[in-house]
Amino acid sequence: MPNEHGAPTVAGFKSTERYIASRDLEVAVNASVTLQRPLLVKGEPGTGKTVLAYEVAEALGHPLIEWHIKSTTKAQQGLYEYDAVSRLRDGQLGDARVHDIANYIVRGKLWDAFEADEPVVVLIDEVDKADIEFPNDLLLELDRMQFFVYETRKTITAKHRPVVIITSNNEKELPDAFLRRCFFHYIRFPDRETMERIVHAHYPDIRKDLTREALNVFFQVREVPGLKKKPATSELLDWLKLLMVEDLPVEALRTNEKQLVIPPLYGALLKNEQDVHLFERLAFLARRG
Amino acid sequence: MFSHLILGLRNAGLPASITEYLTLMAAMRAGIAEYSVEDFYYLARATLVKDERHLGKFDRVFGACFKGLEPPEGIKPQELPEEWLLKLAEKLLTPEEMKKIEALGGFEAIMKRLKELLAEQKERHQGGSKWIGTAGTSPFGAYGYNPEGVRIGQDKSRNRTAVKVWDKRDFKDLDDTVELGTRGMKLALRRLRRFARQGAATELDLPDTIKSTANNAGMLDLKLVPERHNTVKVLLFLDIGGSMDDYVKLTEELFSAARSEFKHLEHYYFHNFPYERVWKNNRRRHEEQIPTWQVLRTYGPDYKLIFVGDGAMSPYEITMPGGSVEHWNEEAGTVWIERLTGHYRRAAWLNPTPKQSWGHVRSITMINDLMEGRMFPLTVNGIDEMTRELSR
Repeated sequence: MPNEHGAPTVAGFKSTERYIASRDLEVAVNASVTLQRPLLVKGEPGTGKTVLAYEVAEALGHPLIEWHIKSTTKAQQGLYEYDAVSRLRDGQLGDARVHDIANYIVRGKLWDAFEADEPVVVLIDEVDKADIEFPNDLLLELDRMQFFVYETRKTITAKHRPVVIITSNNEKELPDAFLRRCFFHYIRFPDRETMERIVHAHYPDIRKDLTREALNVFFQVREVPGLKKKPATSELLDWLKLLMVEDLPVEALRTNEKQLVIPPLYGALLKNEQDVHLFERLAFLARRG
Repeated sequence: MFSHLILGLRNAGLPASITEYLTLMAAMRAGIAEYSVEDFYYLARATLVKDERHLGKFDRVFGACFKGLEPPEGIKPQELPEEWLLKLAEKLLTPEEMKKIEALGGFEAIMKRLKELLAEQKERHQGGSKWIGTAGTSPFGAYGYNPEGVRIGQDKSRNRTAVKVWDKRDFKDLDDTVELGTRGMKLALRRLRRFARQGAATELDLPDTIKSTANNAGMLDLKLVPERHNTVKVLLFLDIGGSMDDYVKLTEELFSAARSEFKHLEHYYFHNFPYERVWKNNRRRHEEQIPTWQVLRTYGPDYKLIFVGDGAMSPYEITMPGGSVEHWNEEAGTVWIERLTGHYRRAAWLNPTPKQSWGHVRSITMINDLMEGRMFPLTVNGIDEMTRELSR
């Protein structure tokens, strides 16, 4: 969204041709970049949380280091890991490497980010997937951007404080102490107007009438009560791509206000068997009624 | 400088802290918001609010703190569209009044009367209640206006201005004191995981490691096993039929949300109050009833028992043998609920009716007493409280 007030922003993150960021997102990103604090991004799945990190890295011209979190990820793994087992094995085999413990320190993503020669953007993706203690274990590291390697008695300090973007799907509450150190942005589901711009940004040469009809169907599907997973931006974009590839006539999408039709290629929009059933049932009722 | 905003937020129950306030100050000093009110609003929001549930409250407090701050963008009094004002006048004035005024001097007079009315209205709304208690009291809907025309109404051209944004209250749905949608419900139930999880770490399988290392001629061979997690077991008792019909949908939502959360989740239906029989399939409720004793025998006391019901019934249904509206129950409801809560020490009752009204229904107070106060409203907040209580 263009800045209508003409206020100069400190850091230069803006909507790009491919990524449409609302003004509030721009402010939040710029605040976090300027003050060098992590930015926590939440929002419905498929609203572009992860893509945001790519775009920020692109806009700032920094390399991006991605750290995808799984349920087994430990905070320590982001810093470093001490591979005791291979050292033990080397010891048994009489390998000379065994005398230097530093040989068995495996660097993590944050170490890489801290030691990088240029500022980087770090994406900590889906922080809520990890154990509940995970964010707490990273408090000091993200605050001071340094950590202590116990095995080698060395402190690793960031050469340049990286821009940290953290995404969360809200599966877990994050601890207050962690939240207090972050900027927060909740990506709202885009309204129709924004959605049109997003579609345009991704498929500049899509037919106007196709976009219009597809968006009608899309928002209608989102309105259906009781859907388990409402289709979001990423589903819409996939679906549009399919529609373009199939080159369907626009008429196939045309709906009227009351009547619900099953959209063609709905597999891209509805990802859940129950949702498809629900939808089919509703469409059937609508046709009868 | 903005301390009243922080205080206002804290009073409204938002956990904004000094640290965040200082961050906001630093960001202001760094010139992130510059001189745009809208940017300042976004910045303050990103700094002070850390949970989308609080965004609605934040908007309200922000509106109250900074009302009148936004500049008179675009609209000057004389630029107000005439039809719009006339429409407003039609809304405010009775036809008789209109006629009278028209007789007095047409449009000018109408505007004059309108201005008076607006001024009156403004007085009535003083003291900060304008942004909070608007529902139904103001004929102009939720949006502010000003007789000077500075902020009069919600004209289309002002779409992007700040007041619109924070007055829109888009995040109302995410407020955790309102009733639940499916999403909110899921969020709340995820909190049950907090006590469900024992960490997803992998742990050392010592016997296997020893065995394997020995087989390996003393060469260390570590064996790991995945740690068991998500051990929470939940037994859901859902009230169905009768006075619960209104809430069946809500209950179903809770049910569907709950289903994906636990490995061990069992559900049973009852009507109004649990007696000696419950059932699993509501369509075949008369054919396929299961004795409650069997439930008690099947599921150990490590299950957490959650009732979902509105608890609105005649007190006799609780206290008297044969009190049930559907059948003759040999033992009173109290006996059964004591048996259930005695067996399942972690038990709670979720009530979809608003908490304020509980005091007025005798059966609800009785159940609440029987549950030793562990009745919670079916809101995100209520579920949160319940999980805290159950995990204690």
